[in-house]
Amino acid sequence: MRDFYDTAFDTPLMLGTAQYPSPAIMEAAFRASGASVATVSLRREAGQGQAFWDIIRGLGVHVLPNTAGCHSAREAITTARMARDLFETDRIKLEVIGHADTLQPDPFGLLEATEVLAAEGFEVFPYTTEDLVLAGRLVDAGARVLMPWGAPIGSGLGLNNRHGLRTLRAGFPDIAMVVDAGLGLPSHAAAAMEMGFDAVLLNTAVAQAGDPVAMAEAFGLAARAGALAARADAMAPREMATPSTPLIGKAWL
Amino acid sequence: MADVTIIGAGVAGLWAALALCKAGAAPRVIDRSGPPGPHGCSWWAGGMLAPFCEGAVAEPAIVRHGREAARAWAEVTPVAHRGSLVVTLERDRGELARFARRTEGHEWVTGGLRDLEPDLPGPSQALFFAQEAHLDPRRALADLVAALAARGVQIETGTACPEEIAGPVIDARGMAGTPPGLRPVRGEMVVLGAPDISLSRPVRLLHPRHPLYIVPRRGGLFMLGATQIESADRRGVSARSLLELLSAAYALDPRFAEAEVVETGADLRPAFADNVPRVLAQGRVLHLNGLFRHGYLMAPALGRQAARYLTEGIKGDLVHED
Repeated sequence: MRDFYDTAFDTPLMLGTAQYPSPAIMEAAFRASGASVATVSLRREAGQGQAFWDIIRGLGVHVLPNTAGCHSAREAITTARMARDLFETDRIKLEVIGHADTLQPDPFGLLEATEVLAAEGFEVFPYTTEDLVLAGRLVDAGARVLMPWGAPIGSGLGLNNRHGLRTLRAGFPDIAMVVDAGLGLPSHAAAAMEMGFDAVLLNTAVAQAGDPVAMAEAFGLAARAGALAARADAMAPREMATPSTPLIGKAWL
Repeated sequence: MADVTIIGAGVAGLWAALALCKAGAAPRVIDRSGPPGPHGCSWWAGGMLAPFCEGAVAEPAIVRHGREAARAWAEVTPVAHRGSLVVTLERDRGELARFARRTEGHEWVTGGLRDLEPDLPGPSQALFFAQEAHLDPRRALADLVAALAARGVQIETGTACPEEIAGPVIDARGMAGTPPGLRPVRGEMVVLGAPDISLSRPVRLLHPRHPLYIVPRRGGLFMLGATQIESADRRGVSARSLLELLSAAYALDPRFAEAEVVETGADLRPAFADNVPRVLAQGRVLHLNGLFRHGYLMAPALGRQAARYLTEGIKGDLVHED
């Protein structure tokens, strides 16, 4: 596993902390999943939510504050600075939303905010698309981690553009990458990990499941399965059937 | 001389007082702001008695006890036994099927709501929870106070500290109380006046981003609620929340765009980590707290369990001994 600004996470699963039926269920979901990172939204919850923040801290995982809901570089930068003070970490998952319906990132605002925050010593985790050119610019601006989307936030559609994600992965072999957003099923997480991504981040698929704890465990297993598979050098698909035992000399019955 | 002193005259404290009266005790009720009013979060509630709908995400205890709430309330205040409706916008139809899978006590309504709510043209499909009910929370609080007065219990205005009071104390102060593990969950609501719209039961709109419920009240009023934010922010409703609540109402019925904004409100719901209320016994002090968004649904059961614990030593499932 590539590391994330010199931090290695124990497991390749990152979970969001919103929309659970209760904090008790959220906590159980984290434990069942083995997630190593919790993302926290600053704008709505944490500003005045000391009690909730204490619960997050009690999870005993790395905290990754985000700028969810920010629609401009300036707003995201301000939020990131507040998050640094509040959560006492330089990590920031940078979201600059460019479109209200699809919540897809605004590439221009994202680049601008990445430049500013990286220069201020932030460890920027930019939420981006699979666009190769934008990824290059973000890396040039100082991002050492990229978080391409699987599909629009909360959609559960999975990996919408596998070819694009593969190309992105191959394009930046030294950059840690997290597939973030749009995952609906554990198989999506496993597929992302099999493609060589370093972690997956999701929230809704677990928090809104009928049994969030079971779904969290399923995602934890899937992410680890995918990670193992990625290191195990999978066979190449073949057009022709190849029997695993020889046909010639088969016993007659 | 009172046998039990109750601090806090919100739904929890008042129901504990009533349950104690019924058990033959003579409770005393003190609240720093006197009888119920805008100072307490009970004032801002929706007044839905909807245990089955809540069961989509709440623990089973909420459904189990909540089923008794409508009957308990009907002894002190008018309760509308009209059921409740759950609808979605057409594009989110999958949400309705998912909600149906996670709840019981409902039936599918297809082909429009003509029979149930003739004035709501929108949704072609809905879930109808026939056994659910609703009430007017402010009227219910006043009726509860009146029921206590009839039993000789007056709400005293004054500050009281549990440590300074002799005998058993029920601390039902909500966020002003300090049982361990209590957290605030901010809620915001709007009251609209729309005399041209008539609904006879609460309607919930399942929406992936902005879930909402509308509870009809007398005089053409509609309560829209409620946000649920992990925050201790006590300021008034935010522009964003107002925008979301009003947009969802507008999506449900465009006539709400012409409604008068009669009132907005925001307050903090006290909640424990599992969002289930507790009777927490710490020595002489019983904390009745953590009613979260289930104040009207759970207060009768919580008050009854507190009274039984104090008068008979029976430890119900909501009672925790520290």
